[in-house]
Amino acid sequence: MKNWMQFLVLVTSISSAGTLLASGGFGEGGEGGEGRGKQMPTVTNVKWAAECASCHMLYHPGLLPEKSWNKVMAGLDKHFGENASLDAATQAEITRFLALNSADKSDNRRSSRISQSIATNAAPLRITETRYFTAKHDEVSAATFKRKSIGSASNCMACHKGAEKGDFSESQIKIPR
Amino acid sequence: MRKSFVKHSLVALGLLFSTHTFAATPQELLKQYEAQAKQENSAFTGFSSDKGASFFKAEHTHSDGKKVSCSTCHTADPRKQGKTRANKVIEPMVPSVNAQRFTDAAKVEKWFGRNCKDVLERACTAQEKGDYIQYLLSVK
Ligand code: HEC
Ligand code: HEC
Ligand code: HEC
Repeated sequence: MKNWMQFLVLVTSISSAGTLLASGGFGEGGEGGEGRGKQMPTVTNVKWAAECASCHMLYHPGLLPEKSWNKVMAGLDKHFGENASLDAATQAEITRFLALNSADKSDNRRSSRISQSIATNAAPLRITETRYFTAKHDEVSAATFKRKSIGSASNCMACHKGAEKGDFSESQIKIPR
Repeated sequence: MRKSFVKHSLVALGLLFSTHTFAATPQELLKQYEAQAKQENSAFTGFSSDKGASFFKAEHTHSDGKKVSCSTCHTADPRKQGKTRANKVIEPMVPSVNAQRFTDAAKVEKWFGRNCKDVLERACTAQEKGDYIQYLLSVK
């Protein structure tokens, strides 16, 4: 019995270590030493990129504070009308990664402003609901967001081609027809 | 005694690896679903691509009144690109067009899990999953 258990434990740890290695370690990323830049740092995590970009673009963790990400990740079974649930280990890893690089942890001006625009007792699930977002887009009409080439305000990529890398600089903005 | 423990460990090993992302072929997945279908239904007679085709297109009216089918997102022609509700492209489902399909057992089970609940408001049976894969393999 004992042998069998040991063998199982060994196999389990080998295979989960493999997963960890393959994911490149969580929380890593951020261009070290870049300091307090305007754009969000480039961050990577294999699980996050694989699981959070199949239904929509990959939203940079610096776009929401930790409390929001925790809420998003705790409600994946009812995620904006869809079932996006994950196995417990993957969910925990992605939650950690998002928290570590969230708007309140990320040292760039844009993320700080997003954080500051959210009331202390609020934890919005959507970036598009934050005061920061609505203020920055008050000149973009609802009809523009609904264009077929765009779909909705949530599809940042349609107008900000560097959005997945956290680049929202004005020189990169182009509204498709 | 010893022997059966070794055997158990090997079975456990197989299970562990199958839940990780190890490469499979659509044919291997079909075999797994066949074994499962036989367990679910002793009268199982095999998978049918015709049944898979109608399963793929069948519209279901949800409890909230919305009509959905697999083709809502994957389009009526599984050789074509589909689109998610959030407007992102979904690559074609047919393996002869998109070789990555049905090569990762965990991914396939994850999406059957999500999408069957989304469309049918219940889990799919092994019969339905097998019919569906059989259908996609028959589309050239
Ligand atoms: C099964 C499909 C699916 C998966 C998988 C998925 N999402 Fe979503 N997500 C949606 C839908 C649908 C919306 C709503 C989009 C809209 O309103 O246009 C959404 C919206 C969002 C929004 C809000 C965007 C806004 O409007 O500001 C965030 C944040 C988000 N998802 C994060 C995630 C994260 C993190 C993951 C990975 C753990 C993930 N999603 C995986 C379907 C999915
Ligand atoms: C329809 C096109 C469109 C979409 C979709 C869109 N934006 Fe924008 N965004 C703009 C425009 C145009 C501006 C510039 C507004 C201005 O300068 O007056 C802007 C400005 C911004 C800025 C400020 C840039 C700066 O340096 O001042 C940020 C940050 C931003 N958007 C983030 C987002 C995020 C995050 C999303 C998705 C959740 C998104 N945008 C979706 C068009 C869009
Ligand atoms: C709400 C949109 C939506 C609906 C409805 C939908 N799917 Fe999907 N499906 C997706 C998305 C998104 C993916 C993952 C994207 C990708 O892998 O390119 C996916 C992937 C899959 C996969 C994974 C295949 C592989 O090997 O990569 C299977 C199997 C699948 N869907 C089956 C179905 C079945 C069966 C139905 C109907 C019961 C269905 N889907 C309905 C959106 C949908």
